[in-house]
Amino acid sequence: MKPVIMETSGLCVNYGRVEAIHNVNIRIREGEIVTVIGPNGAGKTTLLSALMGLLPARGEVKYQGHSTLGAMSVDALVAKGLVLVPEKRELFGSMSVADNLLLGAFARHRRGDRDHAKTMDEVYAIFPRLAERHKQEAGTLSGGERQMLAMGRALMAKPTLLMLDEPSLGLAPLIVKEILRIVVQLKSMGVSILLVEQNARAALQVADYGYVLENGSVAVENEAKALLHDPRVIESYLGLGGSHSIAA
Amino acid sequence: MDAAVALLLAQDGITNGAIYALLSLALVLVFAVTRVIYIPQGEFVAYGALSMAAVNAGFLPPTMWLVVTLGIAVAIVDSVAAIREGAKARLPMVIFKNAVLPILAVIVVRQLPLKDLAYVLQVLIALAFVVPLGPQVYRLAFQPVAEASVLLLLIVAVAVHFVMVGMGLYFFGAEGARIPPFTDGGVTLGPAYVQYQTIWIVGIAALLIAGLALFFEHSIYGKALRATAINRTGARLMGISADLAGKLCFTLSALVGAFSGILIAPITTIYYDTGFLVGLKGFVGAIIGGLVSYPLAAAGAVLVGLLESYSSFYASAYKEVIVFTLIIPVLLYQSLTTKHIDDEEDH
Ligand SMILES: Nc1ncnc2c1ncn2[C@@H]1O[C@H](COP(=O)(O)OP(=O)(O)OP(=O)(O)O)[C@@H](O)[C@H]1O
Ligand SMILES: [Mg+2]
Repeated sequence: MKPVIMETSGLCVNYGRVEAIHNVNIRIREGEIVTVIGPNGAGKTTLLSALMGLLPARGEVKYQGHSTLGAMSVDALVAKGLVLVPEKRELFGSMSVADNLLLGAFARHRRGDRDHAKTMDEVYAIFPRLAERHKQEAGTLSGGERQMLAMGRALMAKPTLLMLDEPSLGLAPLIVKEILRIVVQLKSMGVSILLVEQNARAALQVADYGYVLENGSVAVENEAKALLHDPRVIESYLGLGGSHSIAA
Repeated sequence: MDAAVALLLAQDGITNGAIYALLSLALVLVFAVTRVIYIPQGEFVAYGALSMAAVNAGFLPPTMWLVVTLGIAVAIVDSVAAIREGAKARLPMVIFKNAVLPILAVIVVRQLPLKDLAYVLQVLIALAFVVPLGPQVYRLAFQPVAEASVLLLLIVAVAVHFVMVGMGLYFFGAEGARIPPFTDGGVTLGPAYVQYQTIWIVGIAALLIAGLALFFEHSIYGKALRATAINRTGARLMGISADLAGKLCFTLSALVGAFSGILIAPITTIYYDTGFLVGLKGFVGAIIGGLVSYPLAAAGAVLVGLLESYSSFYASAYKEVIVFTLIIPVLLYQSLTTKHIDDEEDH
């Protein structure tokens, strides 16, 4: 078994008095793709934000063996290679595409790794569209281009564990395929990935392990291949019918 | 008013305007990145000028023990934070940078024949014991409440202002001071006689502004500050910590403030409480720029300088009134044209 890179136990997150994440235990091993699927409002984005240290949480989160909750700030986590592509992308709208990418390498720059020009070429090779538009302001990019920029900016950080919140949101099918191909390619380069996706079938096809999140709790978890054939998952998330809850 | 007087007033206005422009840029920077309306900005002008006057007269920089004391306080606060985060490896660096370094600087400066040093060295020594107060003030007063509302941050800023004015009186005394000009004399340019110091002020202010522009456009730290101002969450996710960004812009603003003080001290007498009014005029410039636009803020500040200079000729008793009244139509215009942005929106 490969070593664990991130693990939560009894993780709970509240918005005021409402509990959005309840007692969640997940585990990501090095070099694996783990996916979290679930209906709208299940708490997927909340889970990623809490793992990144953006939200206060209770329970335990361990990243590379260190307890992070209350102990490691967001920038400390970024410095250790934990990178999030957030659902809202959070690009720097009035800055150029190239500057957005450069800032993706800020944490590396701080710890003395000045080789971002090479990484930027790699990112441009993956997303030629960004190279064409490197001078354009990020705020004027199309929806799809923004997704590429968000992903490219995260890659600039040379992540150890990359967390993606719906990377294919609003993208044309061809580009969705491309994004997932990149995810698999990253995995082959040794990057661990936590992937949140609406497109459950596509996510489970590339993932090693999957969790189904419902109402803030893990309803089902298993090897991704097994989930693809799990009748409860098929009925709720893979069939055409849509979105009944598994737990109900 | 004849042409010669008009030229003289213009020269005066532009000189002061250049200083206000520098301060307004610092104010916009601090506000954009940290949301602090930085009232104590002007105090750095007075501290810079008066420290330079002291060093120039052969005295030790009056604020040196303040820098040491605050440095030790910062070292303690940062050490506690480092221990709580389990990052004990950081301790030696934290203690050295914040506590040991200022003490070493004091030891060194006590050995120096301050009065006989070159002017430039005196300037550097004065700056060395004023500028660190910027990041120290940020660390102790603002960083603990960095996520608070704009109003609360403003209240803290007002408190820091009063404390700094009070300490200014204690350190520098109630007497004002002037320093010798960088270069004595002046030249006749066409119809106007221009003091060399005026040229120094406008020239250095222009250079500093250009330097700041280069910093923001081309260095990764400058870009990181801009990114923080544009999208705080996005910046955090890139590992740009709010603490680092805050420290950086408070350092820059302290440097700009203190240096502005040294620039104008040869042409105006500076008292321990002069800074407030000077800073306020930079603030009017910043407001003209809507607290967001750097070029507009700088242009507004020069306008303030000119307005001040001409109104001092026509109605000298009312010159401050006229300058500060300028803010009313500007605010009116801005409140009518900009849509309201909730300041609590993006944390
Ligand atoms: N800032 C907030 N304050 C209060 N409630 C919130 C906040 N953010 C999210 N919630 C609630 O928490 C729950 C989980 O939201 P979350 O965004 O994590 O869902 P999600 O699984 O990412 O959904 P989607 O698939 O639509 O992105 C939802 O009920 C949402 O309304
Ligand atoms: Mg979501």
